Amino acid sequence: MTTLTLAGDRLRRTVANQQRYVPVLATLAVVALMFAFGYSRNEAFLSGQVYLNVFIDNAFLLVIAVGMTFVLLTGGIDLSVGSVMALSTMLTASLVEQRGWPSPLVVLLVLAVGTLGGLGMGAIIHYFDIQPFIVTLAGMFLARGLAHVISTDTIKVTDPTLTRLGDQRIPLSSELKISISVVIALVVVAVAFWVLHYTRFGRNVYAIGGSEQSAMLMGLPVAKTKIWVYGVSGFCAALGGVLFTLYTLSGYSLNGVGLELEAIAAVVIGGTLLTGGSGFVLGTVLGVMATGVIQTLINFEGNLNSWWTRIAVGVLLLAFILLQRVLSARKT
Amino acid sequence: MTALTRHRLFWPVAMLAALLLSNLLRGPGFFAIRIQDGHLYGSLIDILANAAPIMIISLGMTLVIATGGIDLSVGSLVAISGALACLHISRQPDQNAMVVVVTAIAIAIGVSVVLGLWNGVLVAGAGIQPIIATLILMVAGRGVAQLITGGQIINVTSTPYKVIGSGFIATLPFAFVLVAAIYALASVIIRRSALGMLVEAVGGNPEASRLVGIRSKTLLIGVYVVSGLCAGVAGLIVSSDVLSADGNNAGLWFELDAILAVVIGGTALTGGRFSLAGTLIGALVIQTLTTTIYSMQVTPQTILVYKAVVVLMVCLLQSPTFRAKVFRRWRGPGGGPPPAPTGAPISPAPQPADRSEVAARTATVSKEQAA
Repeated sequence: MTTLTLAGDRLRRTVANQQRYVPVLATLAVVALMFAFGYSRNEAFLSGQVYLNVFIDNAFLLVIAVGMTFVLLTGGIDLSVGSVMALSTMLTASLVEQRGWPSPLVVLLVLAVGTLGGLGMGAIIHYFDIQPFIVTLAGMFLARGLAHVISTDTIKVTDPTLTRLGDQRIPLSSELKISISVVIALVVVAVAFWVLHYTRFGRNVYAIGGSEQSAMLMGLPVAKTKIWVYGVSGFCAALGGVLFTLYTLSGYSLNGVGLELEAIAAVVIGGTLLTGGSGFVLGTVLGVMATGVIQTLINFEGNLNSWWTRIAVGVLLLAFILLQRVLSARKT
Repeated sequence: MTALTRHRLFWPVAMLAALLLSNLLRGPGFFAIRIQDGHLYGSLIDILANAAPIMIISLGMTLVIATGGIDLSVGSLVAISGALACLHISRQPDQNAMVVVVTAIAIAIGVSVVLGLWNGVLVAGAGIQPIIATLILMVAGRGVAQLITGGQIINVTSTPYKVIGSGFIATLPFAFVLVAAIYALASVIIRRSALGMLVEAVGGNPEASRLVGIRSKTLLIGVYVVSGLCAGVAGLIVSSDVLSADGNNAGLWFELDAILAVVIGGTALTGGRFSLAGTLIGALVIQTLTTTIYSMQVTPQTILVYKAVVVLMVCLLQSPTFRAKVFRRWRGPGGGPPPAPTGAPISPAPQPADRSEVAARTATVSKEQAA
């Protein structure tokens, strides 16, 4: 009898432990369903290249969403990523094309600018105790305005190194190929996974998201961690900008308007709790895939217009937020 | 003098005055107002007319922010409301018929109220964070607006409809008169009844308000409905001004301008006390800034840089932590008493963060000490 209750207890505890995977599994199911639906409408949908194209077209979004995952895990928010991305495309294009600086140096500089911007916002958020929402909103205005100051026209990129990097395709088999950006994005995901799950910094991120007060009482470096997650997000936004420059081979100050919402939506659909403390970077990959597959589905339908993408993403976002509510309500 | 600087509207008004005066440096033409065809004309009148949509949205946003929430969907609602009204008018054989315009307005406002209700139910009913609950409609709403307009820009030629955005009444722009009427109505309802106090109570501490018997859920839903309504009216003004509806660009960035106006007006984002008059002045500050920059010979898009600086400055000055850190330093390293909030630049002092959170923290700490 006691062994039975013990076993039941253990089972219940295992189920409770697994509960944090439910949103991620739900996302996986949705993505699988969308592929099945796409296949039923058009058999070409299930080809490997369609799948890989989702990654090629969304590599920059994936990188930015990974950065956003860090911020959301601490319970913060970063609205500046879309503008920082635009500023990065403009900086890269103008410095390489109009000033003739060597492209590797420019890329490093752009990444440094993004990271420093993020760190600055993080410092203001932490030391002056201002809501992340409004500080990153100011960052959003500032970065977009600076991008406009550089130029309001499109700057084409003709630099041989950048063009080669952008056009280069890596063959996986005779028919399947991916771009360099996808490789970079996947490396970013892998590094983020390692950082979040196997380093002290990652533990601190989860701890602060769970309860900042407890984290502080435990003696964790709250200030450093909180400032650095915005640094990570700024770095990812800048890297996303570099990838976007490679993807479009141009810089434009109106790139990525509303991208912050897409990134937040992808992270939430990927199962990260908006209140912080729970979520997975691999879920974010699924979230980006879900939004990407919606786009592909709508392109395949042909007679549907692009604004259906926004509506579908909105509905999906609502569904996952409600799912989160149900799950967290059951926990308490 | 301190009594003056301590007044809650002092800093917003000072900011507005400084901006207006900076225009004077480039010539007195800015302040010239002349009467032409029985209407008032001049830069100042333009500012009043152009600020109307933001002023109306900001009024609704003030109430939402006073409850500790935020409404990101207003920009999309502006697009939806304008699109619905223009679509209805464009389909009628006689666009100038009064009944057509009234029906169009009714449809647009009705749908805006329903969408506001949707936001309110998500926030108060389902308990979703306001920023996320309204994010859904912000993302999907623009898609809906484009769906209504079919991705096109709908043009209308209705003369009665044009009055809302660019007509004049008693020499003043109709849109501004509308703002004044809405403000008067709101102030009477909010400040002459207990409603305003109840909203502040819910913003200060939702749980405590519920325990003392305030129906905070109904109130919360109510403020989002009002915000939706305001956005709907603003959508009518915007679309009527240009006599067209653009699902893609109408109301773009409005939510940010509205939040900015509320913050400049002295309402803290953490909820609690609010000031409708301050918000109106905040909206005027933004519009004056825009007009000033347009009249300077710089790229208009750089306005975002100035806005960023303004947001950051205002927020820093409002932050109790910032004031404590910076103003203590000013008083010398020896210390002295920490600065009283009365001497600080923006009065009244914003709420000390979320009171329920502070209480919760204290409770946790004492529990842990006991253990």
